[in-house]
Amino acid sequence: MYPGDFYYTKDHEWVQIKGQEAVVGITDFAQKQLGDVVFVQLPEVGAKLEAHQSIGAIESVKAVSDVFSPLAGEVTAANQELADNPEIVNQDPHGKGWIMRLKPADLKAVESLMKAAEYEKHLEGLDKET
Amino acid sequence: MSYISLSDTDKREMLERAGAASPEDFFQGIPEDFRLGRTLDVPDGLTEPELLVFMENLASKSDYGRCLSFLGAGAYRHVIPTVVETLSSRGEFLTPYTPYQPEVSQGTLQVIFEYQTLICQLTGMDIANASLYDGASAAAEAVLMASRVNGRPKILLPRSLHPHYRRVIETYTRNTDLELLEAGYGDDGRLDLRDLESKIDDRTTAVLIQSPNYFGVVEDLEAVSGLAHARKALTVAVAAEAVSLGLLEAPGRLGADIAAGEGQSFGLPLGFGGPYLGFLGCSRDFLRQLPGRLAGMTDDAEGRRGFVLTLSTREQHIRREKATSNICTNQAWCALRAAIFLETMGHDGLRELAAQNIHKARYALETLSAIPGVGPRFSGRAFNEFVLRLPKSWEAVDKGLRSRNILAGVGLEKDFPELKDCLLVNVTEAHSRADIDRLASSLREVLR
Amino acid sequence: MKREPLIFEVSDKGKRAFRLPKLDVPSGKDAWQGYPLRESIEGFPQVSEIEVVRHYTRLSQWNHAVDIGFYPLGSCTMKYNPKVNERAAALPGFSGVHPQAPGEYAQGCLEVIKRTEELLGEITGMDAFTLQPAAGAHGELVGMMLIRAALADRGDPRRLVLIPDSAHGTNPSSAHLCGYRVREIKSDDSGRVDMADLEKAMTPEVAALMVTNPNTLGVFETNIKKIAAVVHSRGGFLYMDGANMNALCGICRPGEMDVDVIHLNLHKTFSTPHGGGGPGAGPVGVKKALEAYLPGPAVARREGRLVLVEDRPKSIGRVSGFYGNFLVVVKALAYILALGAEGLKEMSEVAVLNANYIRKSLEGLYHLKYRTPTLHECVFSDKLQKEHGVSNLDIAKRLIDYGVHPPTMSFPLIVPGALMIEPTETEPRRELDVFIEAMRSIAREAKESPELLKSAPHVSPVRRLNETAAARNPVLRWIGEGKEPSRG
Repeated sequence: MYPGDFYYTKDHEWVQIKGQEAVVGITDFAQKQLGDVVFVQLPEVGAKLEAHQSIGAIESVKAVSDVFSPLAGEVTAANQELADNPEIVNQDPHGKGWIMRLKPADLKAVESLMKAAEYEKHLEGLDKET
Repeated sequence: MSYISLSDTDKREMLERAGAASPEDFFQGIPEDFRLGRTLDVPDGLTEPELLVFMENLASKSDYGRCLSFLGAGAYRHVIPTVVETLSSRGEFLTPYTPYQPEVSQGTLQVIFEYQTLICQLTGMDIANASLYDGASAAAEAVLMASRVNGRPKILLPRSLHPHYRRVIETYTRNTDLELLEAGYGDDGRLDLRDLESKIDDRTTAVLIQSPNYFGVVEDLEAVSGLAHARKALTVAVAAEAVSLGLLEAPGRLGADIAAGEGQSFGLPLGFGGPYLGFLGCSRDFLRQLPGRLAGMTDDAEGRRGFVLTLSTREQHIRREKATSNICTNQAWCALRAAIFLETMGHDGLRELAAQNIHKARYALETLSAIPGVGPRFSGRAFNEFVLRLPKSWEAVDKGLRSRNILAGVGLEKDFPELKDCLLVNVTEAHSRADIDRLASSLREVLR
Repeated sequence: MKREPLIFEVSDKGKRAFRLPKLDVPSGKDAWQGYPLRESIEGFPQVSEIEVVRHYTRLSQWNHAVDIGFYPLGSCTMKYNPKVNERAAALPGFSGVHPQAPGEYAQGCLEVIKRTEELLGEITGMDAFTLQPAAGAHGELVGMMLIRAALADRGDPRRLVLIPDSAHGTNPSSAHLCGYRVREIKSDDSGRVDMADLEKAMTPEVAALMVTNPNTLGVFETNIKKIAAVVHSRGGFLYMDGANMNALCGICRPGEMDVDVIHLNLHKTFSTPHGGGGPGAGPVGVKKALEAYLPGPAVARREGRLVLVEDRPKSIGRVSGFYGNFLVVVKALAYILALGAEGLKEMSEVAVLNANYIRKSLEGLYHLKYRTPTLHECVFSDKLQKEHGVSNLDIAKRLIDYGVHPPTMSFPLIVPGALMIEPTETEPRRELDVFIEAMRSIAREAKESPELLKSAPHVSPVRRLNETAAARNPVLRWIGEGKEPSRG
């Protein structure tokens, strides 16, 4: 159920490579954990990010989670739709719920992230802990 | 006295269910070496009648009640309508928990919502929180908030700021990178705009201005915010005497971005300093940086209107170390009293209250200024406090007045060495003309 | 119940509730010269006195309260608020005294402060107290500032504070407000501070460990002296969050557990009313080594009088405009005097008995993550009910239908789906049994008819409220007719 061509992080972000750019969002697991999203803090276009740097937070009614940039790079776009309709993250986390587009400093760095099967295994492991 | 509600049978049966022979069993896990092996050295408990006698004796040891007092400086004696006491002392308002479960807390939540609205109306701000501890800590939170909003490190404080507020701001900012600077005041008692302008730069997060200021003088908020905004700094307006908001223009309409202050004047007794009521409001743009609780309006599952605590992700219980503040318990019951007070005084009542304060203070200033050598230290417009200049040492005058059971005001030299032989006198609607005349005639005698 | 309108919605121009006496001084024609005046206060209420009285009386009836029923809220200590304490606080010799009054005119008030400090010192085994902090979180901040000041004085500023993963959210946020970074310490399988993790984490970079005892699971940190030894051996301070002091009075004293600084919550252990969210008070007690740094002014006994001591060069300064929530302190003093030594011990014993009675009654029906013995509170979870799709939130909302206020939820974070229960010592057994029966029914309903829980509450004056909408589009004030409520 997790798109096969995406890459995934331990903190539940996904990355989709489109040409020279990376599209970033949070996974279905993450949006379920949060519950109804009420606010998405978007990064500034033009901001230069390091890998694992927090780009902002996503808030639900009862929780808040930092979103970390999976790759180093420069922000080329932020999904302004989410400003008025944060619920899109819940409705379509892997598609219309994208958060930012990034021009990675090194496209190859994405290879060190998890692929779908690995991420799903990671989720199973988490489930066992609780 | 004991407030335990268990009978002997209850205790016996409950111990049995819990699998213990006596309460001592539950404490077995506590290491012997620090078990308290003796009774606490606390006097034997008192029954209610004994307790009341004890507390009444204790209360009677303060001589303040015997004096005619003109003390102000951050706490003000105002009328408190009886309904404020009657309504706020209801158990349903005094003894509920924080309204985290909104379905059983609609009373508290609606009161908070009304209170937030009243503060917005008075200050001209878009949003206001459910309360902070007091005016001093509200001013400190406002400073921290301003810095969060624009990320700059310098804050300009007026020299005419309440000394206690300054000290609290110093304590709160000591462990941050914020740098505090001071702008002086002029002969009119107001912030020296030229001095202010010379000290604001691109690293200034905000200019804080208290109005009426510590000296009781009403500031030119519009001019100050103009200077602040010219450098893209914020303006934080602070009020220690909230009744002034009934008549004076709302800080929000004079350019303030954040308004903070003390709500004690709204139905809270002097209480030797507390509990008081900090208020904080701001522009809508800063919503997510606003500390403290917020009550919001929403609908229930059947479409009926209701209220909930909202945007809790700003707060400590969710955001933890990244929270806008660590505040948890605030002053909700004090905000309740303020809301009742304001709704009871009403639009016209609050304005009349403020007007009476101005007139009484002006009458007092004029009457006292007729005494040779006595006069206002500052030329600026006062609300209900003013600084009186004396021809003799304040210490000597104070002594003489105290022997006549009059506490005429707060001496200023300790905090403002440049204001020797000056005192800060507060007059409210609670002072009668006879009280003021008595102060004047006694002062005249003492100065002879 | 008919929904109560907002006061602004029933306001009519020209109405007033209160009248002031006529002005007895001249008002002068040019009285308004030079003032920045407002023409009006837009939207401000205009109602009569009966309307105010009915408005608030009706609003009050929408609230649950300790005076109405049980609050099994873990970590809140929702005990009975004695009414005689209200009477004491209303005495003119307390409520009518101005905080700028010179000490000679406020001897009774200063004695309240001094006496309370001394009594709290005896109860906790600490050497000195400040009553200035207005709430527990405020006290935590002060405690951190004291530590920071002492370390700076020692020429040894440090940057980290250790906090157990079971801690209350105010702990890390208070540490952060004081300029510290926070590192979490794990809890072991018994729910206590993991000693191995602590040993590893306790370096010379660490200013303090903040520990709650008993902790938020209701478990006594039996290793507390070893914990103190580890912290002290590397030059750090041990801070104790005293929110759970209701379990320990007359039993043991934090001062004897080598705690350096502690805060108490007067609105928890010492019965002052919660008021819907304050005012409370968060006194801070310290050992001698930290006394000089306490916020000022201090109250001291000199030649048979009580004096205010302002000149305290090492003090961290002021944290309150005046002396803190003085009238709240009066209520707590009255409470301590009423209970006395024996009453305080009985308070803790029965608090612990009531909690263990509930625990034993619910074990097996609800999942208990930690089997460790607990004192005045216990933490269950929704794990068994989750198997039927029912969460702690649903359980909480269904309890409302049974006339019971829900327990504390989702805290501590180390117990997913937590239900934290603290009955306190003032609850009658009958109330505890009603609560236990309700929880039994709900456990059964979770299996047999989970939908009932998911749509709860059914009988409260309002149904489940849409908190998502409230957060997405915050409406935080009344705007008025014909105007758009502001959007988020």
